Amino acid sequence: MSILINKSTKLICQGFTGKQATFHSKQCIDYGTKLVGGVTPGRGGETHLDRPVFDTVKKAVQETSATASMIYVPPPFAADAIIEAADAGIQIIVCITEGIPVLQMLRAKAALRYHDAMLIGPNCPGVITPGECKIGIMPGFIHMQGSVGIVSRSGTLTYEAVHQTTKVGLGQSTCVGIGGDPIKGMDFVDVLKMFEADTQTKGIIMVGEIGGDAEEAAADFIRSSISKPVVGYIAGLTAPPGKRMGHAGAIVTGGKGTGSGKVSSLQQAGVEVVSSPSDMGSAIFKLLNPLDK
Amino acid sequence: MNLHEYQSKELFSEYGIPTPKGKVAFSCAEAAQIAKSISGDKWVVKAQVHSGGRGKAGGVVVAPSIAEVEKATNHLIGSTLVTIQSGPQGLPVESVLIEETLEQATELYLSALVDRTSERVLFIASEAGGMDIEEIAIHSPDKILSCKVDPILGLQPFQIRDIGFGLGLHSSQISSLTKIMSGMYLLLIDKDLTQIEINPLVVNKRGELIALDGKINVDDNALFAHPEIQAKRDVGQEDSAETAAREYDLSYVTLDGNIGCMVNGAGLAMATLDVIKLYGGKPANFLDVGGGTTAEKVAQAFKLILSDHKVTALLVNIFGGIVRCDLIAEGIISAVKEVGISIPVVVRLEGTNSAEGLSLIQASGLAIISASDLDDAARKAVEAAK
Repeated sequence: MSILINKSTKLICQGFTGKQATFHSKQCIDYGTKLVGGVTPGRGGETHLDRPVFDTVKKAVQETSATASMIYVPPPFAADAIIEAADAGIQIIVCITEGIPVLQMLRAKAALRYHDAMLIGPNCPGVITPGECKIGIMPGFIHMQGSVGIVSRSGTLTYEAVHQTTKVGLGQSTCVGIGGDPIKGMDFVDVLKMFEADTQTKGIIMVGEIGGDAEEAAADFIRSSISKPVVGYIAGLTAPPGKRMGHAGAIVTGGKGTGSGKVSSLQQAGVEVVSSPSDMGSAIFKLLNPLDK
Repeated sequence: MNLHEYQSKELFSEYGIPTPKGKVAFSCAEAAQIAKSISGDKWVVKAQVHSGGRGKAGGVVVAPSIAEVEKATNHLIGSTLVTIQSGPQGLPVESVLIEETLEQATELYLSALVDRTSERVLFIASEAGGMDIEEIAIHSPDKILSCKVDPILGLQPFQIRDIGFGLGLHSSQISSLTKIMSGMYLLLIDKDLTQIEINPLVVNKRGELIALDGKINVDDNALFAHPEIQAKRDVGQEDSAETAAREYDLSYVTLDGNIGCMVNGAGLAMATLDVIKLYGGKPANFLDVGGGTTAEKVAQAFKLILSDHKVTALLVNIFGGIVRCDLIAEGIISAVKEVGISIPVVVRLEGTNSAEGLSLIQASGLAIISASDLDDAARKAVEAAK
């Protein structure tokens, strides 16, 4: 098992014929993902990467029975693309687009209340179940099928966790990049819940950042509902307060969301918090192999 | 992006939010003319900088004559204002806002912002305006009122009544508050703002509500849709290196240490700063070169980091996912040759084509120190910076 996606997941790509989408769709196909088509309004009927192009998501779903979508639509149109996917019955919406206006995301999130779709992102690397299905921009070759579930707000730090868990021989069950935007789809708690229920996942690495209170909520949830070992890392502990750090999410506001507050909440919940991201792999290895020195 | 007080108040007027009579001046002559056009015998001269705490820093002057208006303007324009929020280097004053003085009775606090936790627009209000709202929030949370606005429903009349009566306003003042809060909500939505703060919202002796100050933050991601807001950008209020970085689509923040950093990904960049500090060093900047990095962008990033003369060592930390490490290595080599770097450079390359990247660097004959992982890189950079 794994969470969210597996080898039978049928995927479409919104914004399919764009440059980035083309590059990454090809990578996904090469990895073995069942990419069954794509959507670019006005290009319906064409063929791209040997797959059919549709004008609307509704049409794509009717013709291909896709249940997942990967969105590379430019920022001004991406919120609309998210709602279109949910409206067409897509279950897993992965939005890679970075830079969506926050008020558009606010409305898109509110609209998702009327659907049972799960949104991952925006501004995220995507989700991958190693050896089965890759949806997003992560480099496939660093992954290895295995036992660690990874959930992260940061793209390249996810790759660090993946690289290290591969190096220590544990591999990954599923890796979910939830993205760094302030208004986003699935959060730590949603993913942690799935990892707890997944039999393939033996341990969890969670990578947080300063700003917001999702890590504190995750700590509460871990204390009450997670039995598997969890390693945590929080980026931005030394960031000067109030300075913007590229991710809109990384703003320290009003004493809430400080790195040290997040670290102590996670520690109190029994999470092994590492002070350097280089130690994520060895820390989860130790927790999963207590007798192995 | 931030707006000046005078720009915020221009938007307030457009959206029916009352402000004191006043106008911005860029010279003494203009200031005198504006003061003359406003009735009264006293005026306020307010330095226009992107920072709070101006009053305590001497940036707000009450002038009892036209001559005093000119004197204060002359003193403020061209000066540098250092406030508790501006940082020690301060901010340049290039304009002043000339306003009428108000006979004020009470000072309230009112703001609207995008709240990530509730995923709604949050209004915050307090009867204790004018002072540090953060202190009040910590020590007297009962004095803080709030309401969350559903983005689909919009601001509801009962929410305004809740805030209004909570602030102790008379029922006859609720319609004024309705005008102000509705105006704020519309303005926030129309112009894609992330925050509007009115502190203080003054109640004058006649019981009228007036926005005495105004701070607006705009969502940078939405500027494409608002050229009229984009035109209000004042780069004079922003860090020059950060402005230059934006032109090259780099995310850059100046810090006060001596180890220059170039990293791909915001999370990894923050982690790199943390690990440098863990090993006793001090980072000079945050720099995220982004996902689709090119050799040219790497060269620009190098120049930007080196424009800070505090930098005594450079740390490059790249996890090549989609970015190929050999391309990054080429960029580093050409930048080092072009700029003529004389300080130590520590490079850690991991991921796609990392072996090719490292051998390119070794073959270049340049004195670049290579590192095996982030800890190793930070240790070497801290050592090299000494």
